Order: sequence, then structure tokens, then C-alpha cells
Amino acid sequence: MATVYINNQEVTIGDNERLNGIQAAARAGVQIPHYCWHPGLSVVASCRMCLVETGTRNPETGEVSMFPKLVPACQTPAKDGTVFITDSEKVRKARAFVEEALLIDHPIDCPICDKAGECLLQDYHFEHGQPERRADIKPFTSRKRPMGDTVMLFVDRCVMCSRCVRFCREVTGTSELMVVNRGAHEEIDVFPGKPLANKMSGNVVDLCPVGALGDRDFLYEQRVWFLKRHKSVCSSCSTGCSIWAEENQDRIYRLKPRENQHINKWWMCDEGRYGFHYVHDPKRLIGPQHRPAQGGSKGEPQKVEWEQVFNDLPQALAKGGRTAVVLSPFLTVEEAYLLAKYVRSINSEALIAVGHVPVVGTDETFPGGFTIRAEKCPNRRGVEEIAKHFSGPLTSWPDLVSKVAAGAFDTVWVTGSYPHEWVDEAAAQAFAKVPQLIVQDIFPSPLTEQANWLLPAAAFGERPGSYVNHADRLQSFDWVVRPPQGARSEGSVYWRLLGESGLFRPKEVLREVAAEIPYFHLAADPIPELGVDLKLNQLAETAAGPSA
Amino acid sequence: MSEFEPVLLANIGKEDSHTLKVYESSGGYQAFRRVLKEMSPADVIELVKASGLRGRGGAGFPCGMKWSFLPKDHPGPIYMCVNADESEPATFNNRILMELDPHQVLEGVLIGCYATRATTAYIYLRYEYPLALKRMQGAIDELYAAGLLGKNILGSEFSLDIYIHRGAAAYICGEETGLIESLEGKRAWPRIKPPFPAVEGVFRKPTVVNNIETLACVTHIAARGADWFKSIGVPADPNNPRDAGSYGPKLYCVSGHVNRPGCYEAPLGITCRHVIEEFGGGVWKGRKGKAAVPGGISMGLLTEAEWDTPLDFNSLAKVGCLGLGTAAVTVMDETVSMVDYLHNCCRFFAHESCGQCTPCREGTSWALRMMERIKAGKGRLKDLDLLLEIGDTIGIIPGTTICGLADGAAWPMKNAIRKFRDEFEDYIKRTNPNGYMETKPVEALEVIGLH
Repeated sequence: MATVYINNQEVTIGDNERLNGIQAAARAGVQIPHYCWHPGLSVVASCRMCLVETGTRNPETGEVSMFPKLVPACQTPAKDGTVFITDSEKVRKARAFVEEALLIDHPIDCPICDKAGECLLQDYHFEHGQPERRADIKPFTSRKRPMGDTVMLFVDRCVMCSRCVRFCREVTGTSELMVVNRGAHEEIDVFPGKPLANKMSGNVVDLCPVGALGDRDFLYEQRVWFLKRHKSVCSSCSTGCSIWAEENQDRIYRLKPRENQHINKWWMCDEGRYGFHYVHDPKRLIGPQHRPAQGGSKGEPQKVEWEQVFNDLPQALAKGGRTAVVLSPFLTVEEAYLLAKYVRSINSEALIAVGHVPVVGTDETFPGGFTIRAEKCPNRRGVEEIAKHFSGPLTSWPDLVSKVAAGAFDTVWVTGSYPHEWVDEAAAQAFAKVPQLIVQDIFPSPLTEQANWLLPAAAFGERPGSYVNHADRLQSFDWVVRPPQGARSEGSVYWRLLGESGLFRPKEVLREVAAEIPYFHLAADPIPELGVDLKLNQLAETAAGPSA
Repeated sequence: MSEFEPVLLANIGKEDSHTLKVYESSGGYQAFRRVLKEMSPADVIELVKASGLRGRGGAGFPCGMKWSFLPKDHPGPIYMCVNADESEPATFNNRILMELDPHQVLEGVLIGCYATRATTAYIYLRYEYPLALKRMQGAIDELYAAGLLGKNILGSEFSLDIYIHRGAAAYICGEETGLIESLEGKRAWPRIKPPFPAVEGVFRKPTVVNNIETLACVTHIAARGADWFKSIGVPADPNNPRDAGSYGPKLYCVSGHVNRPGCYEAPLGITCRHVIEEFGGGVWKGRKGKAAVPGGISMGLLTEAEWDTPLDFNSLAKVGCLGLGTAAVTVMDETVSMVDYLHNCCRFFAHESCGQCTPCREGTSWALRMMERIKAGKGRLKDLDLLLEIGDTIGIIPGTTICGLADGAAWPMKNAIRKFRDEFEDYIKRTNPNGYMETKPVEALEVIGLH
């Protein structure tokens, strides 16, 4: 154990931890302002905002010998006996000078800047800056130019922290961004004809401590103080990045990565970041439809009320005959469990299959360690385990389609909620002969045209619950926005069909799942913010032997 | 002192002094041959340590100590970078050595590489020195032809290749880690230390970076011994525990308003006045002297009254200068306006700041813009305090930047305003009679190109 002294506080640091002054001070609740340092990037110590005084405390005499110069806290390791003084007059003056210097050429166009409200330059100016502007220099105008399809550079707002440049070199390995010119004329730029076009480009906007890099998808959409941020999990691939979903009045405006060292560190990919727009697509299905059987053929679809669904559907299922349920990998663990449980409560022989698992290309791992998975769904692992629990050996989507085509079922309940078209004409034709087809989905498709019961469902951000990623890590999240009027989240539908009272309470369901299914045992306790690793449980079981 | 016989400039003036034949005719490469035969690398390091040789590039770091920081028993490769990016204004001693006596320098490179076990040396040459490039490359070619470079030199275990890398004319490339970055093909942004180059330098390998003149001195230390070297110059100041003495000969450049500008050799520790009067032939046109820059503009300013200050590693700090620097004396006569002087200094450093650290990047350009305004007759007395505040804030001495460029930018501001404050105040009052007392923010000047 090492003891570090922050102003007058003692902080202990573990033997295997290597912290710098900024991190050690944070342990003591002391914030050292900084621009260029980021825990996920190399240290350049160039912004000089984190200057502190440092020294060493003699363990025997308790005497402190101070280093005569200011040092950047980001570059100074916290060792046993290291002393950091973060609030002396000398430190305050140096910070004020840096903050003042950064504002000399800054256009101070906060009223039209997307970053206003979450800008370090603003925050630090109020906390550490000079009381008045002493530089009588007319600032540059606000020049801007695109760096690529995703990012706009507002040249004069830049503080040259070089985070974005280092990100493209160290994390994506694509090196599109660079610094051009020298001294106060420095600018961030790309090489002509080589725009910022990597698959993680949006991260540079999050990294930018000021308003220099704007997200073109989000630009001028919202003032950030109107946004409410919710902890969520990205559903674009089976990595399952921890994210912040930011919304205002039931509309999602942007997604940002939420630090999770177990999964995505500080990053997320552009596919996930900009992939939420389908949620607000005007083509979304709204309002349930029923197509009563007319003789041998399916009749015309009729709009029905949800109350009618809840009244009539149980009876229809009870008379359904041979039944199959398809669990979409976009369902949460809780929803998949409730659906399987509900249908099994009516028909104990019902087959529980796993829906279509979309795979695009191959996994793509970047030099910084981040992986975009080819499997474009968030919860294959979760629904597989649920299906296995109820039906034993897995039935995959292609298996099920061929069984359906062979006329093996009288009733099939298909869940979808895929962000893109997922079922083709051929597969849909297989379902044409199913006497009773229940489809829960969000977009019209060849399959929804066949449905006897069409139940508009929830998209990303509209459902609460838990996802299990490719590495068996379970993360829980709450809903971010409500489904459009007329659509209902799958979980709330099953909850109602099961006759439960009140609102859908996924935490209760997850506790039940954890108690019922060994794979989910570790999900019994409240799920921590960063999720739980379900594999740890499996390891314990393997160690204890198959008898357990 | 008058009987001092030039050492570094001994060959200069001879016909074809840049050729191997002429260099060897006066005993050239004998020192290297003896070192290679009789001494171990550690012995050479001890010899250079004992001589008290301090780096001639500006910072004055003891050369032998720098070499001894290299990790012991490193599997290699170890690199030597020769800093020939002589870009301090008014400094041209390296150029004379490279153009007129390149073998003296290369012998020092050979001895230095032998001592440090470096097998590759890069000479980082200033872009603006085409003749030096030609002469140095010619000398290297001669050495390869003579078997003094390449594999197993003179049948020994020692192998060495020397490459010349031509810079692209940026001041910051003379900073040792900026030089290393530039040599690696990157932007010359000085590195944060630690790690120091001796541990992790060019291509992430142990590296020594030495100045041209330092290596020329190494040649003579190897030839004549440490005692001879220590007999020249000024011993360490007993009152300053951080002074390591100023030994050996030094090339002083004198330029500006003197009768005989040029490069002259003298023992370290002669006074600035000696350089100006004896070497430079006094201030020109019969005028009086006003001030002099003691060692390149980054070192600050000596008033005429301070000209008796010895030009060595220890004395200049006592009169408020940054240090000896490159010992390039620039003389200003009584007609020079200090406002012009400072404006010019500020323009140089704002232009050359690499832009990495905020205090230097913004501080130098802010100072320049203030000087532009003062020169344009819109100055205010409070600007002088602001300039002093910038000067006192930026640099590695207060700890606010990575490299010393900002200290170099700060010292002219601090020295000029503190030593000539009356002149600045007079200028401001005279050119801005109605507004010099103003303290409220004034309407800003449009920024026109600063380049």
C-alpha cells in the first residue's frame, strides 16, 4: 500500500495500481482540471492545465521536500510519500494563465456552440479563469470545415489538446487526423482526400473537451441542457457497449459511450452511435391488428384495441394446437423468459426456438482493443439460454422455418424488433400456411402481412430489462423513451397476459430467472452498473462437478 | 589571455582545410587511432568527465555525465545524434566548423560513438547550410574510402555509420527531443521527460545528442588530455554548488553593430566587452554601445554597463540573463530602439513556438500582438506589466512548458523591460499621449498575418 498526500488528505493506493496525480487526487475528491490527458490515451502533458506542486514526504521524519517547479499532474506518478498541492497560489495563477491563454483566440461563440453546457473550457473558466479578459485582441471568426461524414471541425474553438489526433493513432490505428501549421496557427486537419472515415470516428467528438469537434448527426439538434441521459446498453452488436442514451420528450437525440472497462472501455462504434434513428422512423407499426380466420383463408386485417388482444389472444392460444415460439435476440432476458413461460403455461409442449441471428461480415478488432462484432444483435446468449431451459436442444431460425414449411405447427408466435429488414419473401412464404400466426415486430415486412395477430412492439431504448453479450456479461437497463402510441413493449404485453398486476417489473422477473435457470444464478442480486459476468458462475459449477 | 593559441580554429585558414589530407597532415585522426587502440569506452567517458567539458549547444550540460547515463550492457543499438541544427539567431560557429574543418568534428563523432558504443550516428543538419552539407558529406565519403567508417574500423571491433539528415528549417528541431522526433519523421514536438533520450531516444533506443562544437572539443580532449582542457577557462564557483565550472576553449560569434563581426576562439570566461572590443573591433561608426545579447537572443540582454560580465556558464545568471547559450554576442549601438529589439524577439519566438504547450503557444503570440500594438502607437503602461507576467509565467524554469523554447522567449521580455523600462515607458507615452494610462479594455486591433 502506498500513501499519497493530496493537499492535507491522505489517500492509499493499492500495490498494483499505477495512478498519476489527477487520478490520485480524484480519490481524495479533489478535481484537477485537465484538457489533454485522457485515461484511454497516451500522456502528452501539453495543455498544462493540470499543473500542481509536488514533493516527497520523508517516511521517518515526516518532513516534506517540495520540488521547486510546477509539474503536470498527468505526468507525475503517485508513489508512496508523494505530495500533491493542488490549490496553492502558485498553482492557481498558473491555471488562470493557461485558461486565459486558451481563450485569447477562442471565438467565445457559446450561444451557437453545441458544446455549451458540457464544455470544459466554460466550466474551467468559471472555476479557474481570470475575472476579466485582458487580451484586447479581436478573436478569429468561427471557421468550420468537415473532417468527414460524421465530424465537423470548428477550427477556432480548438484548444489543441490533441486527444482526437491520438485517438486516431492509438485506438483506431487509422491516423486520419493531424496537426498542421505551427505555434498559434496550429489547426487540426485531415490530409486532402483522406477524410476522417474510421468506424469509431464519433468518439473524437466525445473526447473533444471543447466545441471544436461537432457531431454532424447531432449538430444544432438540441441544447444539451434539455437532454436527459439514461444508462443504457447498445443493441447494435453483441459487444453490448455500455452507453448513455440522451433524450428529450420521448425522442432520442444522441448516444454516447459510458465507461465500462469490462466491455467497451471509453468507446463505442459509429454503427451503434448513429444506429438509433430507426427508433423514430415514421414507418413504425402502431396499433395492433387482427385478421380473423374466414373459412380456409386469412381475412382482411382489422385494427383492434390492445384490450381485445388481451381478451382474445389467450383463448386463441389455448385452441392453438401444436405451438412454436420464436424468441428474437433483440428481446431482453426477462421478456424472452416471460413469453416462454406464458406460452408454456397454456401449452406445455410448445417449442421455444431462437430467432434469426443477423451476422454481417466478420468481427473487427481495432489496435486499441475495441471490437465491433459481426453478430448484429444484443442478446443471442440470453435468449439461447432461455430457449434451452424450456426446450432443451436449440432450434435455430432456419431449422424452425423448415419445420414450419413442413406444416409442423398450428400456431407460431414470432418476435422481431430488428432495426432492419430481417425476413425475406421465401421465409415469409413458409409461414403462409400456418393457421395461426402471431407476429410482434416494429416494421411492416412480408411476415407481418401473413400475421393473424400483429402486435406492434418496442425498439431500442423502449424496453427495460437485461442483455447478455457475446462474453456472457449481463447488463440491466431501464427504458429511455416510451414506445410510440399504439405500440407496446413486449415485456409489458407478456406481463399483462400472465395476469400480473401493475406495471411490468423486470427486476422481479430477473430474480425469478436467476432462481430458475442455473446459467443466470449470478443475476440474483441487484445488477451492478457495469453488469455481471455470468461465466464466473459457470466456472464455479464446472469446478464443483456436474452433480451441482 | 592574449597568448591563447586557437585550438578549434587551428586549421581554419589553411588551403583545403576541409579535406582529409590537410586534416591528417596536422595530426588529424591520431587521437582517434590512439583511443581505439589504447582505451576502453569507459575510459573515454571518464576522460571526458574529468575534463569538465560542458555541452556547447546552449544548456551547458556536462558531456561526460550525459554519456554515462546510457544504460550499462544495453544490447543496442545505441544512437548518437549530432545536433547541427544551429538555429539560434546570430550563431554561426558550428557552420564554420562544418564548412572549414569537418574532420575535426567527425573525429569527435568517432570518439564519442566509440565511448558510448553507438554504431550509428545521425547528423541533424540545418536546412540553410548547403555548403556545410556538401563539406560534411564529402568528409564522410573520404572517411569511408579511408576505412575510418564502416564495419570494423581499422581492424577493430568498432563499427560506425554516419548519416546526414537535413532538417526543414525549424528552430524547435534544435531542442534535443524535438530533433529526435523530427529525425523519426514526425512533427518536432519536444517529448516529455522522463524518459530522457539516454534511456529512450531515437527509435525508442538509448541515444546521446551532442552539439557539433562539443564533439570538436572531444577531439582535442582525446588528443591533449583532460588536464590540458581543464587548464583553460574558469573553475567552478565555490559559492554556487550547481556550477560545474566553465572549462576549455569556446567559439564566440560576434555580430551586430561592431567593426569586425565574426567567429573568434577564446578561453571560456572572457568578458563580453573583450569580445566586443578586442575581437569585434568595438562598436561601429564611433557610436556608443547600448546593449548586447550575450549568447543568442534567447539568453536575454546585457546593458552596456554589464559588458564586463564574463561569458561563462555561471556568471550570466548573476546579471539576470538565462545563461551562456551559444555565446553569440550581438551588439546594439545607441541608435537601436529597445521596442524594436523586443518586437523582433517576440516575432521570432511566436513564429518558432512549436505550439504544443498552451503557455508558450499562446503566450508568445499574445506578447507579439501586444508588441505590435505598442509599436503601432496604441501602447499602454499596463501592457508592460502584462508582458512581464507572461515572461515570468512561461518556460521550464517555472515548470509550465515541456521544453526551454518558452524560457528563451521569456528572457528577452523580462530583461528588456526590466533593464530598459524607462525607454519603454517613454515610447508608450510619446506615441500614445492620450491613452497610455488607459486600463480599460481597448478596441482590438485587427489581426493581420503574423508570419
